[in-house]
Amino acid sequence: MSFMGINWFKYSSPQAFYPLAGSMIPWFAAAAIVLIGVGLYIGFFVAPTDFQQGEAYRIIFVHVPAAWMSMFLYVVMAVWAGLGLGLNARPSFMMAQAIVPTGAMFTFLALLTGAMWGKPTWGTWWVWDARLTSELILLFQYVGVMLLHASIDDLRRADRASAVFALVGVVNIPIIYFSVRWWNTLHQGASVSMTAAPKMAATMVIAMLLMTLGFWMYSIAVALARMRCVILARERQPSWGKNSSIHEVAEAR
Amino acid sequence: MQWGSLSEFLAMGGYGLYVWTSFGATALCMVWEVLAVWRQHTSAVAGNREVS
Repeated sequence: MSFMGINWFKYSSPQAFYPLAGSMIPWFAAAAIVLIGVGLYIGFFVAPTDFQQGEAYRIIFVHVPAAWMSMFLYVVMAVWAGLGLGLNARPSFMMAQAIVPTGAMFTFLALLTGAMWGKPTWGTWWVWDARLTSELILLFQYVGVMLLHASIDDLRRADRASAVFALVGVVNIPIIYFSVRWWNTLHQGASVSMTAAPKMAATMVIAMLLMTLGFWMYSIAVALARMRCVILARERQPSWGKNSSIHEVAEAR
Repeated sequence: MQWGSLSEFLAMGGYGLYVWTSFGATALCMVWEVLAVWRQHTSAVAGNREVS
């Protein structure tokens, strides 16, 4: 497969992917910093005060991006896990493994910032409504994938078992997304959707989208960096000989 | 811009505690994750050198 004159299969080997990831990380990190910086500026200094919620609504600029990333990263992780199962490809499993902690972190942040938003606007930190409960289950799924992977010593078995677990759990993603429509929830409905005009000021939407893009770039940078750690840890084989540990091979390229 | 002064900005119309806890926790988690991966990488490189 040659697309744009590049042999992409070359990068499906960990040894070739390691330096490629290393050279991509600074770009994604820089994009994340710029996008989050501009997003914060617009969110705090340009976007107007909400007429109903006052300044409390500004939590939206971290809450919604974190919640979107929590669902999006789960799907990406499950796709890599599925690819790993289908193609029996080690690097795909490694990529899935590298995404999980970041996804879990964003799920935790979505729940935490949600509580911070719920207290002043709903009068409670937490309710067992469909949106909040299904998002909490998502956090347990992330933790489950990590624990399952860590609890099996044979890495090939650990990869496959946690991949199956991750794939089954994808069923929760549409449940989270549509929960505010399917059930009567305290959580508000979608403010931004593909089919209708946003129900908020343009500057608010722009700030929210910039923050989301920034979180996305951040996730890519961190996942790639963790992927490098996973490669180093898993490809460590004495048989590679004295002067050819993966790091040295990669550095020499 | 709707902020007259820094203290007005920090007060966030009375919601300062909630707004700044949210943004602070998010920033803290992200910075911590970056540092954790960084340290993981440093120790993985060191571990790799030991094996070879």
